[in-house]
Amino acid sequence: MLDKVDVLIVGSGASGAAVAWSLADTRMRIVCLEQGDWVKPTDYPSNGRDWEARLFSDFAINPNRRARPTDYPINDANSPIKVVNFNGVGGSTIMYTAHFPRMHPSDFKVRTLDGVADDWPIDYATLEPYFAENDRMMGVSGLAGDPAYPPHQPPMPPLPLGKSGARFGKAMNQLGWHWWPSDSTIATTDYEGRARCINLGHCTPGCAQGAKASTDITYWPHAIRAGVELRTMCRVREVTVDEHGMASGVVYYDAEGKEQFQPAEVVILACNGVGTPRLMLNSVSAKFPDGIANSSGLVGKNLMFHPYALTYGYVDEPLDGNHGPPLCLWSQEFYETDPGRDFVRGYTFQFGRGVGAIMEAIVSANAGRLPWGEDHHGAYRKLVNRRIGLSAICEDLPEEHNRVTLDPDLKDSSGIPAPRLDYTISANSLKMMDHGIARAKEILTAAGASNIAVESPILNGGWHLLGTARMGTDPERSVVNEWGRCHDVKNLFIVDGSIWVTSGGVNPTSTIQALALYIADSIKQRLANLFD
Amino acid sequence: MPNHDLTAEQVRDLRALAGMMIPQSAVYDVPGADDEKIFNDILRSLERDRDDIRRALSHLAAIGGGAFADLEAQRRSEVAAAFREVGGAPLAALVRVVLLCYYRDDRVMRSLGQEARPPFPRGHVVEQGDWSLLDPVRARPPMYRTINTE
Repeated sequence: MLDKVDVLIVGSGASGAAVAWSLADTRMRIVCLEQGDWVKPTDYPSNGRDWEARLFSDFAINPNRRARPTDYPINDANSPIKVVNFNGVGGSTIMYTAHFPRMHPSDFKVRTLDGVADDWPIDYATLEPYFAENDRMMGVSGLAGDPAYPPHQPPMPPLPLGKSGARFGKAMNQLGWHWWPSDSTIATTDYEGRARCINLGHCTPGCAQGAKASTDITYWPHAIRAGVELRTMCRVREVTVDEHGMASGVVYYDAEGKEQFQPAEVVILACNGVGTPRLMLNSVSAKFPDGIANSSGLVGKNLMFHPYALTYGYVDEPLDGNHGPPLCLWSQEFYETDPGRDFVRGYTFQFGRGVGAIMEAIVSANAGRLPWGEDHHGAYRKLVNRRIGLSAICEDLPEEHNRVTLDPDLKDSSGIPAPRLDYTISANSLKMMDHGIARAKEILTAAGASNIAVESPILNGGWHLLGTARMGTDPERSVVNEWGRCHDVKNLFIVDGSIWVTSGGVNPTSTIQALALYIADSIKQRLANLFD
Repeated sequence: MPNHDLTAEQVRDLRALAGMMIPQSAVYDVPGADDEKIFNDILRSLERDRDDIRRALSHLAAIGGGAFADLEAQRRSEVAAAFREVGGAPLAALVRVVLLCYYRDDRVMRSLGQEARPPFPRGHVVEQGDWSLLDPVRARPPMYRTINTE
């Protein structure tokens, strides 16, 4: 048996890295177990001519397609939206767009304001200092003064508008609608050892240059220097409990596949909204026959994605194509609830810069825009680098039938039962998506686009995995309390997107990390009586 | 030769189909997808799509009643058109691999006016743009809802 540690964190991604760094100043012995490995800068696709091809192989966003030894399979057959993630040091921050909006104040009070779902037990003001701290640690570029948000000051200037951004800006001004340069975790100036972005192209599958902030190059170097131990290639099977019902540690398989038991005083789960409920449901004991900390029966339930409605078209001149980070602008024009619409809550528009040559060919072939034969070449030349598009990222409300369970048959390469998803898009979300598509068509028309097409929902659009171990003050209606501690197990914490009560209509990484920092601070403030 | 697990007949059919999808063009000065260099790249790149492509080629042969590559030109066109209608996911995988390899060939990239190089380390230039476009938005009052906790 390994020596007991003070704090054991499972998962090294957005939230695990943040909580590890924050707790490091306690000088406690902290170990983090990560099922994946470090990704070297030379590993990233943009180093090679085959950079786009690798988006369909070892850097595919869908883990079932990618199927690296470090990935686990997911049965997503009963979901119109497929999970996308990455398993490695940095987790899915390796493979995200770096679009970094915060939740809005209203997102935390949806029951009070709109009469739906539940209010969060915390609010924007509570998280505000942690948003700011996280912006500094991750390195956020953006522009102060956005009327859609309470004032805040990103530490770096925004990403360039580019040709497509300018077109969108003019179109939005013509329509009188809000738009603003996105907060993004892509360095636009030299920042904390990271060089400014030189526009390597679409950086969702990682940044060879290190301009995009993933936690392997932001939080982790600081945390490791401060004494945190990060063990890679360690796949956790279950959280164990002692005779008092407290978490006693975890059983995991090390890089050689050998079973290990790591005892710990405190266990923190940071495995995302699918990985965390999977681990909890796999952690069965006499005390917790339905999975650890699951007396509410809510572990795995209320899964929320953000359904994405993508609308795009083509203009009559070359734009930016794959040059530069894929996203640079957002609009919050339709974010807040409007009683005049037939749905509650709202969505963000995120504006895309364009796509690369191969992606254009494949998407257009699938859509039937690209003929076979002599006409192929002429048709393709009217499409490549001429695409302009935007997505409505829609708030998904919690519904218990949308859930993560354990698949009865599917297992990962270590023999651990894999997750199964059952998910349907709600009527409210569908109306919201239709509204977004209609507005997007108006925007694209104003931007001079034609041949407008729609992909709704984006099939491989399950970036945001939320709600499956929700936060609340009532142990019968929530899994963790207002500072991330499980109601049932007082030394077990959750810091990832599982604890979200509602989803907002924004990319969640900024808020996930602010929450992790807030929970870490809550732990530090209560060290003397943490388990009371 | 790469380990692509295709029979010799399937290799010939795949090459014939690739050339039909994207033929050589003197107008644009580009090779077809059946060009030797591009086609060898295709054969090397089947990997995760290998099974689907085998299924697609079997389906193609079934529709044509034999080797697709051996059909007369008119019959090939008819069979290919029928295959496009019913090929489903296996055909989509086949088309994807052909496009992945075709649109990274140096000659094709140059014909499109694109540099035949990896993105790193030189990167690209994206123009900063005119930020005065934001002036009307800057002038807007706050849009976010405030929470009255009273």
